Amino acid sequence: MINFNKFYKSFNIISIVLVIFSILLLFFKGLNFGVDFKGGTLIELRASDNKINVTSLRDTFINMNLGDVNIKKFGNEKDFLIKIEKKDTSANAIEIIKKDLTKAIGSSFTFRRVENVGPKVSSELLKSGIIAIALSLAAMLFYIWIRFEWQFSLGAILALFHDVVITMGLFSLFNLEINLSIVAAVLTIVGYSMNDTVVIYDRVRENLRKFSDIKIYELTNISINETLSRTIITSVTTLLALISIYLFGGEILKGFSLAMIMGVVFGTYSSIYIANPILVKLRVSQKTILKEDID
Amino acid sequence: MLYFSKLRITFVSLITLFFIFITLTNFQSSENSFISQKINLGLDLQGGSYLLLEIDNGPVEIQKLQNTTTFIRNFLKKKKIVFNDLRIQNKKIIFSVPTNKVDLVENFFLDKESELNPYYNQYKSHQFDLIIDEDKFELTLSKYGLIEIKTSSQDQAIEIVRRRVDEVGTNEPNILKRGNNRILVELPGLDDPMRIKSLLGKTANLTFRFVTQNDNDNFGVDLLKFEDGLNEAMVSKRIILNGDNLLDAQPQMNNQTNETVVSFTLDRVGAKRFGKATSTGIGKQLAIVLDGKIVSAPVVRDTIASGNGQISGDFTFQSATDLALLLRSGALPAPLNIIEERTVGPDLGQDSINAGVIALLIGFLLVIAFMFFKYKIFGLIANVTLLINLFFLVGILTLFEATLTLPGIAGIILTVGMAVDANVLIFERIKEECKNEKNNIIAFDAGYIKSKTAILDANITTLIAAIILFFMGSGPIKGFSVTLAVGIFTTLFSVYFIARMLTSVYVLRNKDKGKLI
Repeated sequence: MINFNKFYKSFNIISIVLVIFSILLLFFKGLNFGVDFKGGTLIELRASDNKINVTSLRDTFINMNLGDVNIKKFGNEKDFLIKIEKKDTSANAIEIIKKDLTKAIGSSFTFRRVENVGPKVSSELLKSGIIAIALSLAAMLFYIWIRFEWQFSLGAILALFHDVVITMGLFSLFNLEINLSIVAAVLTIVGYSMNDTVVIYDRVRENLRKFSDIKIYELTNISINETLSRTIITSVTTLLALISIYLFGGEILKGFSLAMIMGVVFGTYSSIYIANPILVKLRVSQKTILKEDID
Repeated sequence: MLYFSKLRITFVSLITLFFIFITLTNFQSSENSFISQKINLGLDLQGGSYLLLEIDNGPVEIQKLQNTTTFIRNFLKKKKIVFNDLRIQNKKIIFSVPTNKVDLVENFFLDKESELNPYYNQYKSHQFDLIIDEDKFELTLSKYGLIEIKTSSQDQAIEIVRRRVDEVGTNEPNILKRGNNRILVELPGLDDPMRIKSLLGKTANLTFRFVTQNDNDNFGVDLLKFEDGLNEAMVSKRIILNGDNLLDAQPQMNNQTNETVVSFTLDRVGAKRFGKATSTGIGKQLAIVLDGKIVSAPVVRDTIASGNGQISGDFTFQSATDLALLLRSGALPAPLNIIEERTVGPDLGQDSINAGVIALLIGFLLVIAFMFFKYKIFGLIANVTLLINLFFLVGILTLFEATLTLPGIAGIILTVGMAVDANVLIFERIKEECKNEKNNIIAFDAGYIKSKTAILDANITTLIAAIILFFMGSGPIKGFSVTLAVGIFTTLFSVYFIARMLTSVYVLRNKDKGKLI
């Protein structure tokens, strides 16, 4: 048996520091929103001419006076991702860019993907993304509140909050792009982290019924250990699937799978080191559970 | 718990075979397949264009207010009520009448049977909100009035959009209403939506009006620019003909001038009006006005009674073809703005499919290798279950003709990783039970029973996330939530039927062999 409970305090401190650091990052550095949420134009360009590179593209785009343009390689040497902040959704905006590009660098390129999002749509998408995440947290809170006692609900939601905030903090720190698929990833993280926490909580509750003489501090440790191999195996299989998406699933899914990988790692950690210490702090005992049973 | 009746085994096997069959039909061409359903590929996988159009209802509202103002003016004149200062200001109709007539006018506006309130009986709402300040009237379009305008212009616009897209002849376009002022156009297989975008970007409001020299024309005049943007001309507001009178329009080569023109045919009413106008207007310039710009303004040389005519202009064959198409399909009730566009080229779509399939295969292999390493024979059972689970998942997506997107493929891969969780929970529980219980059958039974709540809770939480994602997400993300949600159900089914059946067969055969797991 591993004594997880010995490290409750130290890991809690680390977690608090990480969460505060993440919140500070989110406040002061902010997130790198993609065109989905900020509006603008995104072009994935494939060059069939090796003279085309980031520098030549950058020079060309600067001459087009399109405002802030961000150009980077996308996966390999001949694919480039061009992000234009200017919100021009007029019918021929893309066509003009294509023409100007052809004039400057020849016609040895194709647009593989074009996304053009107007300011109205992007602000709606952002709003619905935030609502979706808030709603999912609320729904989880509610579900756990029905299934368990409020102490568990609080612990689970703090663990969730911890995972989401730190994942977002990392996205801010590494300047990774937030787009629609990241919202999907965050919601899935919420589901996964909850899932992980619930399995341990389920065992804690079962053990609370079984043993009246064991303190919650010990009891959580027993429960974590009993469910530990499941926790590890499921994390490993999920991570194997996610790493496979990250490595082989193509550039478009990279952000999504990376967010999920972070989420699974933090989700697994938090269901041990956030969700359980909260139960200890809230002095959960057999009485907490029995009251529920009588109800 | 471990006992499975013959009937049940047959049933489960049949279902499994059925879904394997359904899944495989996806790889067959549809003609010789027994089941016609297939998974739809999303635009991000098959390539294509997604356009979200917003109807700009401003002009329609103004038009409505103008019509109503005329209506009010006629009414007041007929009733011999003196009115003052009838005008439109900030989307309001404002006027005043003598104090002793206020009641009369108010009743006119509140009359349920009046033409002013065409849908009072339906919505129990007037078309206009009325504010009366002593003798001053202020009318604004009511909430329902605005909704009515929006829905009716959306109804008309979607019809015109459909006609225009059909005329271009793209492959199975998908045209849907979104909200009450938006239209979604999905064009699978189209990698350059330029032409469609420019066709949808035009209202194509065509009018024939005489050019006048004096600005005191009875109907008022507009100073309009020519298409080239350089010249201007004064054009009467009186409309001789508009696009509604057109029966047909085609691009044509004019043999004499060697120019490309658009020839048109008018309906009976149009032909009559055109004939009359051209007979009285010989020598005058007739301006052909499209969306507020003059295409050309030829001089009328002869009476044209046949109802056939030509529009000349500075056309290329392409632009003449497009104009003819626009005229044939009719004018939009209001301008459309493209507020969101997403286009994926077909080769990127194919690359995404390939990458997705490779990621799925590798993910699947990694997971089954790990499970086999961890649980040996039971790992094998979990792996067979996982494979059948995949067939269930793809089979159900096929039956419902769900749309598979790139995030959807990610959802399937993620399901592979998370689906083993239920079996892991059960196996781990059984392991624990085996510590205190020597009888294998009892231990296995207990394992299944005691792990149930954890499995249920764990899956419901993921399901909640998937459902929220389904309702809040758009396009490709919806595809992800669908595979995730369906994956949960197929996982539970395969774990409790397939895996348990295989486990029971194995355990019942080897019940006396000591520790099995």
